[in-house]
Amino acid sequence: MTTIPASSSADEPKGALGDFALDSQRQTFASALADSRARLRAGELGSLPAILAIIVLVVIFSLSSGTFLTALNFANFLEQAAAVIVIAMAVTFVLLLGEIDLAAGYTAGVTAAVLALRLKDGWGLVPTIVIAAAVALLLGLWTGALVAKLGIPSFVVTLANFLVFQGILLILVKEGGSVRIENGVVKDIVGASISPGFSWVIGVLGIAGVGLMQYRQAQRSGAPISLVAVKTVAAAVLIVAVVSVLNRNRAFANAVAEQRGMPYVIPLVLVIVLVLTFVLNRTRYGRHLMAVGGNQEAARRAGINVVRIRLSAFMFCGLLAGIGGAFLASRVNSVDPNTGGNDTLLLAVGAAVIGGTSLFGGQGRMMNAILGGLVLALIPNGLTLVGKREPFGWEVDFGSSGVKFICAGLALMLAASVDAISRKRTS
Amino acid sequence: MTDAPILEAHGVNKSFGPVHVLHDVDFRVYPGTVTALIGDNGAGKTTLIKCITGIYPVDSGEFRFEGKPVHVSGPKDVAELGIEVVYQDLALCENLDIVQNLFLGRERLKYGLLDEPSMEQAARDTLASLSVRTVKSVRQKVSSLSGGQRQTVAIAKAVLWNSKVVLLDEPTAALGVAQTKQVLDLVRRLADAGLGVVLISHNMNDVLQVSDRVCAMYLGRVAADVPITSDTRREFLVELITAGRSGDVGLLNAAEGV
Repeated sequence: MTTIPASSSADEPKGALGDFALDSQRQTFASALADSRARLRAGELGSLPAILAIIVLVVIFSLSSGTFLTALNFANFLEQAAAVIVIAMAVTFVLLLGEIDLAAGYTAGVTAAVLALRLKDGWGLVPTIVIAAAVALLLGLWTGALVAKLGIPSFVVTLANFLVFQGILLILVKEGGSVRIENGVVKDIVGASISPGFSWVIGVLGIAGVGLMQYRQAQRSGAPISLVAVKTVAAAVLIVAVVSVLNRNRAFANAVAEQRGMPYVIPLVLVIVLVLTFVLNRTRYGRHLMAVGGNQEAARRAGINVVRIRLSAFMFCGLLAGIGGAFLASRVNSVDPNTGGNDTLLLAVGAAVIGGTSLFGGQGRMMNAILGGLVLALIPNGLTLVGKREPFGWEVDFGSSGVKFICAGLALMLAASVDAISRKRTS
Repeated sequence: MTDAPILEAHGVNKSFGPVHVLHDVDFRVYPGTVTALIGDNGAGKTTLIKCITGIYPVDSGEFRFEGKPVHVSGPKDVAELGIEVVYQDLALCENLDIVQNLFLGRERLKYGLLDEPSMEQAARDTLASLSVRTVKSVRQKVSSLSGGQRQTVAIAKAVLWNSKVVLLDEPTAALGVAQTKQVLDLVRRLADAGLGVVLISHNMNDVLQVSDRVCAMYLGRVAADVPITSDTRREFLVELITAGRSGDVGLLNAAEGV
């Protein structure tokens, strides 16, 4: 390291915070609050809009529908959200580079079809998963090669892939047909639940995890312990509430068996988000990915292999979309030509953006996909339950697809405007 | 000044197709010295820098580093020699913080994972050694820094790696008065610490303030390579830039570029 003798020039700024003041002092609760308020005012909104949206939507829907806050609907809603959330994480990988993958939905569809067909042909679960994952990675590699090696804009490549992959899916499952899934494990991913006891174990692990992560982060950033405590307690309250609702019997009144506990997808999605967050924040690869998303030229000059980073991001995207496809298939226990089609991709991109991931690259977290995915799953779920109403003498069916699409679209537009406005403020 | 040059270019010629951009250019950088590289737009400053840093291959000419002939074929070779360039666009990632930018591409690892505490401390030490005291936290994002602070971070990034020569492309072009002074102070301190510094600038006041030598280019030739003394006047430099000649210094027949 080059050490340069410090000169004591007379015109160093005095009084103002210099000398890395913030690094050496431990913040108080009040100063930490003031700090985050300042960041908000500067336009760094992060995932705050998504959290607010979730709160507002939950309040509105629980006031206007009696069934919204039931245990059955809660579990149902989380299962609806899971696939979109995972595909949103897939898309987040390429959004972080300022790229887009319009074909992520059909990547999910094709992977799900491969999964279902192999199982139907009597393959074992492990070889089936291996081949499905390989297909998902290959689709990502194909897109990544065209974008990173040939330099075709990802919008065009993935628009073309949207059709190509849809075609592959149609050929695989035959037009108008569908492939049923009989494998117990795949059926259970979305649909079956962990026993109530184990659900509590996972809940407690979750609380401990949040506390530990907050504490370690505070150790590094100088945030006060009181803030750690507040955040951990808030997380604990939320987790206890969620687990206790999920542990209630949510089977219909005339059902034979009880249905209790946390659906398997919840810990699965959480593990995925933890692993990906770890990769992004703590590994060299993640750092380089963020750098390429922020300033490709700077990354290139720093000796980062930009092509390799971009290629790998599309492969990650493919693999995660494939996992999302497995969730989609597991939810309905079959794969048809619409698996991963319709609005899947739009919801996934929307979820990432609503959660606070920027469309312009370099800005975003995996956690955002969860928050945005919850918002976008809440809207149709709640609207269906609200159903037909007559506000101001007009008869409106809130449960109709038309109203749902309009509301989800408006939410996405709102999120994109928040992104654009906050970018204006920060630059 | 009596030292041998740490970096020396001799008889460099470079053409782009029919356009002869550099004519037998000689250029020297001495350790502990700020060498200003001046010249009008199109005089060949940037081309010379890009030849030195291996971005352009030269048609003829030789380069010596620490007295030994070297052949560079790309920016990586140059960085390995200990030559760093701070380009005008700074090449910082605004979405990353100061530490992340300083160590970009050369992150320190521990157990295969990023060693943040060690990088953070090293970043703080480097900035402190450069007497950069206006930064609140090394964990600030670059997007929240002022132009002068960004320039400082870019320079710190260049000297973090035991570099021996730093080339600065118009470091003060976009800065206000106070920030310009901060950056010029920093440039001076780099040279005082023994680095060979090359300062490309259009601002003659900056050049006179911090440079020990000046190399003026005119239409692809070196018009003058002289020490700067307290007698060196602004007009002298301006004439070298605009006419290639001032008094008895400069090209003999500047109009024809001879």
